[in-house]
Amino acid sequence: MRHALKVSAAIPVTKLSAALLIALSTLLFSSACVAEEEITDPAHQKRLLNLLIQDCGSCHGLRMMGGLGPALLPQTLEGKPRENLIALIMTGMPGTAMPPWKPLLSEAEAGWMLDRLLEGVKP
Amino acid sequence: MTRLLLLIFSCLVLAACAHSPVPRGTGDLGVIIERTTGSVQIVQVDPPLSLGRVEGLGDLSHATAVFSRDQRYAYIFGRDGGLTKLDLLTKSIAIRVIQGGNSIGGAISQDGKLIAVGNYEPGGVKVFDAETLKLVADIPATPVPTKNQNARVVGIVDAPGQCFLFSLFDTGEIWLADFSKGVEPELTRYPDIGKQPYDALITMDGRYYIAGLFGEDGLAKLDLWHLERGVERILPNYGQGEQKLPVYKMPHLEGWTAAGDKMFVPAVGIHRVLVVENSTWQQIGAIDVAGQPIFVVARPDSRQVWVNFAHPNNDKVQVIDTESQRIIATLDTGPAVMHMEFTSRGDQLWLSVRDANEVQVWNPYTLEKIATLPAKTPSGIFFSSRAHKIGL
Repeated sequence: MRHALKVSAAIPVTKLSAALLIALSTLLFSSACVAEEEITDPAHQKRLLNLLIQDCGSCHGLRMMGGLGPALLPQTLEGKPRENLIALIMTGMPGTAMPPWKPLLSEAEAGWMLDRLLEGVKP
Repeated sequence: MTRLLLLIFSCLVLAACAHSPVPRGTGDLGVIIERTTGSVQIVQVDPPLSLGRVEGLGDLSHATAVFSRDQRYAYIFGRDGGLTKLDLLTKSIAIRVIQGGNSIGGAISQDGKLIAVGNYEPGGVKVFDAETLKLVADIPATPVPTKNQNARVVGIVDAPGQCFLFSLFDTGEIWLADFSKGVEPELTRYPDIGKQPYDALITMDGRYYIAGLFGEDGLAKLDLWHLERGVERILPNYGQGEQKLPVYKMPHLEGWTAAGDKMFVPAVGIHRVLVVENSTWQQIGAIDVAGQPIFVVARPDSRQVWVNFAHPNNDKVQVIDTESQRIIATLDTGPAVMHMEFTSRGDQLWLSVRDANEVQVWNPYTLEKIATLPAKTPSGIFFSSRAHKIGL
């Protein structure tokens, strides 16, 4: 967390948005690589972001700093293979409160939400 | 001339009156948690009216509130460990402390002098002077052998006799902290109550403390009239069962409702409300409903219970007639109903519709919506009438 905060505090806003654009295009490119259906419809994105912050946030904290479930901050997810994380979202974690989201989400949707987590979300 | 002076004098008196606030009671007020913005609205219940918004309360996901016995102050427990004493009259923060790193709820003692907060991080309970919010007791929970931390605390309630009760998620215990002899609590531990208690309730008469178990089926019950009997298991089939259905939101046990000689209980993971006989603790029925139930709350006259649901069926509320045990209404409320609160005499029911950014006020007798108040992603609604209820 310290790291992420320092970075965003040090970069001026214009540079930050440029960095964000680069990050976004990298993300779009990388999702294209794994041949996922892209989530491009703004209304769809809005719905998913709301689900992420409000419903995932119920257990993981609205600021993803953890609660009943673990923290889902960029640095806690860093280095974990994306496919594994998507699989975890889809199948849930037996023995914990994490349910399988497969009945309600597509892999592309889970991937899109994961990417928002990797960027860091704010309520 | 005299007349002119008199006129000037009257004007001055009137002006003075306009500036001094009109005295008002606080027994018909409430707070609405605005979870995303970390703000709280202070409302008047009747007629429904927002009196103002107080900001700066931190992370309010899963926030709850209790009230001082004079109903002037609300104590708000935030997810980020924030404990805020809110003055309902001045609509401002009286005191705010960050008492932990990750917190799930709290309680106010029978005499109103102590505030206890249940923490995930650091696992345990901290108890504060209700007046000053100065720490008076720190009760670390059992260390978890595999982790470098203490067990997470859930289901904290006040109990008669100046006690607090709470459960430990990671180590499967119920603890009773008795403050009747002073701020040095006498602790009684009930181990092996079952796997992963996730929430608990105390019955409205303050007699039974019941913990729900995430890790296995059944519930753990402690009879406060007969502590010597220890924790007993009830409703052995209550839970996810063999199939382990996905549960998108755990039902709140606070929503357990006694209505007459029966209790109406949200089932876990399945679309049912269970009917339990009070005297025997046996399930005697089940009512099919529109989703996984979260809160099941009774109208204070016990004739109806209102039920809301987990995602993706959280855009409606159902009303059950407790006598016939039939659904008498399905109300399309709008997206993401989070919480429901009855007035203590039951003439109004307030419900928060998070994704519509509004709170709706319903007449539960005519089943008509009587008012709508705008609110930013509202979740919990708490009325100051809770001040005089055990366990709330």
